[in-house]
Amino acid sequence: MPDATGLELLARELGDAAIETVYFRERATIVVDPARIRAVLQTLRGKGYAFMASLHGVDHYPEEPRLGVIYELLDMSAVDRIAVKVRVPLEAPRVESVTADWPTADHQEREVYDMFGVVFEGHPDLRRILMPEDYEGHPQRRDFPIGGEPVIFTRDEAKWLEARE
Amino acid sequence: MTPTESPPTLSEYRQREQSIAPVENLIERSGGETSEELLTLNFGPHHPATHGVLRLLVTLQGEVVRDLKPIIGYVHTGIEKTAEDKAYWKVIPIVERMDYLSYYFNAMAYCGAVETLAEVQVPKRAQYLRVIHLELNRIASHLIWLGTSVLDLGATSIFLYCLRERELILDLFEMSSGARMHTRYFQVGGVIEDIPTGFAAKLREFLKIMPKRADEYGAILNANEIVLQRLRGTCPLDAQTLLSLGVTGPLLRAAGNPWDLRKATPYSSYDDFAFKIPVGTVGDNYDRYAVRLAEIYESVKIIEQALDGLPEGPYITEDRKVALPPRHELATSMEALIHHFKLVTEGFRVPPGEVYNPIESPRGELACYVRSDGSSKPARVHMRDPSFVNLQALSHMTRGSYIADLIATTAMLDPILGGIDR
Repeated sequence: MPDATGLELLARELGDAAIETVYFRERATIVVDPARIRAVLQTLRGKGYAFMASLHGVDHYPEEPRLGVIYELLDMSAVDRIAVKVRVPLEAPRVESVTADWPTADHQEREVYDMFGVVFEGHPDLRRILMPEDYEGHPQRRDFPIGGEPVIFTRDEAKWLEARE
Repeated sequence: MTPTESPPTLSEYRQREQSIAPVENLIERSGGETSEELLTLNFGPHHPATHGVLRLLVTLQGEVVRDLKPIIGYVHTGIEKTAEDKAYWKVIPIVERMDYLSYYFNAMAYCGAVETLAEVQVPKRAQYLRVIHLELNRIASHLIWLGTSVLDLGATSIFLYCLRERELILDLFEMSSGARMHTRYFQVGGVIEDIPTGFAAKLREFLKIMPKRADEYGAILNANEIVLQRLRGTCPLDAQTLLSLGVTGPLLRAAGNPWDLRKATPYSSYDDFAFKIPVGTVGDNYDRYAVRLAEIYESVKIIEQALDGLPEGPYITEDRKVALPPRHELATSMEALIHHFKLVTEGFRVPPGEVYNPIESPRGELACYVRSDGSSKPARVHMRDPSFVNLQALSHMTRGSYIADLIATTAMLDPILGGIDR
């Protein structure tokens, strides 16, 4: 990870795209403006962070903006990692897809869409990846209950189908 | 062999074969027409060769794969969601069952993340014990990979030889923790128990046997006509494309990039040990096979060094706020009793923050992202699974090759569906 000073210099270079920097347990995170994520990642790629290790989502409920997407970048030659984070509200969960620049983002963005409901604009094939295609809801959100599906036993099946009509 | 390039030198057998039934004759016989139709075929999810519940939607032109779309989610059990509802300690068995053949690695990634968040030091002895178990797990995982992969190619006896060696490893795991798989041996702060007497002796026996057995597998497979025909030159992918697809681990090393987290960012005392990183040249299936087979020897070396240098000391952190006190203390110490009670009922609290902890698993970069909100349950546990990311490379690898090469490549990819689906 770049050290704390390195992180601040990096954030200054990104200009007003960088909202916040977090240096925690010797790991660097930059929170950026969701509208500029693609440009920010390209800038970081130019700085040497050419490998995207992970793209994952997090729900900050009850803090707003609620939905976060984290891009973990790795510089293999300098052995350096940096995390880029964007946060979008539930009413407008849209982030531009970075799949065109980073092919590894394909399935990973689909997973964040499936689990959190973040819509990646420009993704070539945005559909659910882990849950069935006709599933409703986004399971990994904090307000989605664990065990959120009723279990239908064969003895109750007729009753249950009746109740659905 | 890809259908678009001619083989370098044909063995006598192959030359005879081609002289008997050359492809041109078949085309002539069917009236000079070759079919241009594309056929979309479903591979799986119930299929003996897909290494789990993997569904591949394959678009074929004859026997040539033109496109491939993996469809996953058949083993999705909501591990990450379940982990949010459990105390930090109780998440360990949940997370272990993710990538079910490299269970120590899942636990290591998660425990490492929590230790970083909670600023818990892991004693040296525990780190060495962790390394021993991790490398034993790596060998066991590679043995299963080898057995099932060559089983797909038709070598059924190798499968049983590999399982025979794996039995020795599982016996060692049973000795140290009581369970063969998903052992809950790694805890936050160290390991749950010290190794019993007799473990070191049994482990040394295994370390004497394993390289000889790996030599036997090499002797059977390395220059085998069928293995060479099926694996050499099939489905190569260059390192640059692999990097853009996020592929790490033996697949990337087979293509020539020696990236290994054990060397690049050593964790858990890996920098105390001398070992090499096997690297391939071409990045075809044969290189992938050779790299993993060579890694078995390197793991044996690491375990030997760890066992020789195993330091004395505690096997788990002495911080009673995080680790359970030893049972004999409960009879005499009130504080130990209170710590035990608090840890078992509520669990320890972790200061708020987020941490991404990557380690090198048998399949590539396995990382655990833990977000803590200050309570005794994690707010988010995400496992960055290498198989999930590596699967994206399958369509790039197999474009333009035969179905038989698709089978071999899926095997060499080493996908574990538990990790892909979580």
